[in-house]
Amino acid sequence: MDENINDWISKQIASTDVVLFMKGTPESPQCGFSSQVVQILNYLGIEFSSINVLEDEEIRNGIKEYTNWPTIPQLYIKSEFIGGADIVREMFEENELKEFLEEKGIVTN
Amino acid sequence: MSMKLTELEALVKKAIPNAEIEIKDLAGDDNHYSIVVKSDTFRGKSRIEQHQIVYDALAEKMGNKLHALQVKTIST
Repeated sequence: MDENINDWISKQIASTDVVLFMKGTPESPQCGFSSQVVQILNYLGIEFSSINVLEDEEIRNGIKEYTNWPTIPQLYIKSEFIGGADIVREMFEENELKEFLEEKGIVTN
Repeated sequence: MSMKLTELEALVKKAIPNAEIEIKDLAGDDNHYSIVVKSDTFRGKSRIEQHQIVYDALAEKMGNKLHALQVKTIST
C-alpha cells in the first residue's frame, strides 16, 4: 500500500456510518469475536461496511496502532471508535448500543 | 503461543495493585481466558479507557502471546 496507512484507515472509517474492522467477512467471519459483532449488527438490522484485516498485515497492525487497541474486531460509528467485541456485546446487552445508534441518526430494527 | 493463568493475574495485579481479579480459563489451553477486573482505578473512565488499562497491563503480550481474552471491567 503506497498511501500512508493512517490516512487510508481514516478514509475507511469516515466512508460510511458504521465500519467494522474484522477477521474475515460478514458472510464468513474467521474469528468468534468478529462473528459476535457481525451477529449483533445484523440483529439490529444495521448496514455496515467491513474490512477484512486478514487480507493485509499492514492493515491488521495499522488499525491496532491507530486506536491503541490491541485486538480485532474494532467497531466505528460515525468515525468514533466504539470498542471491540466485549464492549459492543456489553453495550448491546444493556441496550446502550441501540440508543447510541439512534442518537447518531442511524435507524435500527 | 499461550500464557499461564497465574502470569496473566500477576501482570494485571502489578499494573492495578488494588484490583479484585477473577479469571476463567475458557478452553483449558492457556490461550482463551475471561477476566473480570474490579477497581476504583476505573472510576470516571469510559469503557474503552478501562479496557485499555487492562490491555496496557499485558503490554505487547496481548494478541501475540495471548490469543483470546474476554475483558469485563467494573468500577468501584
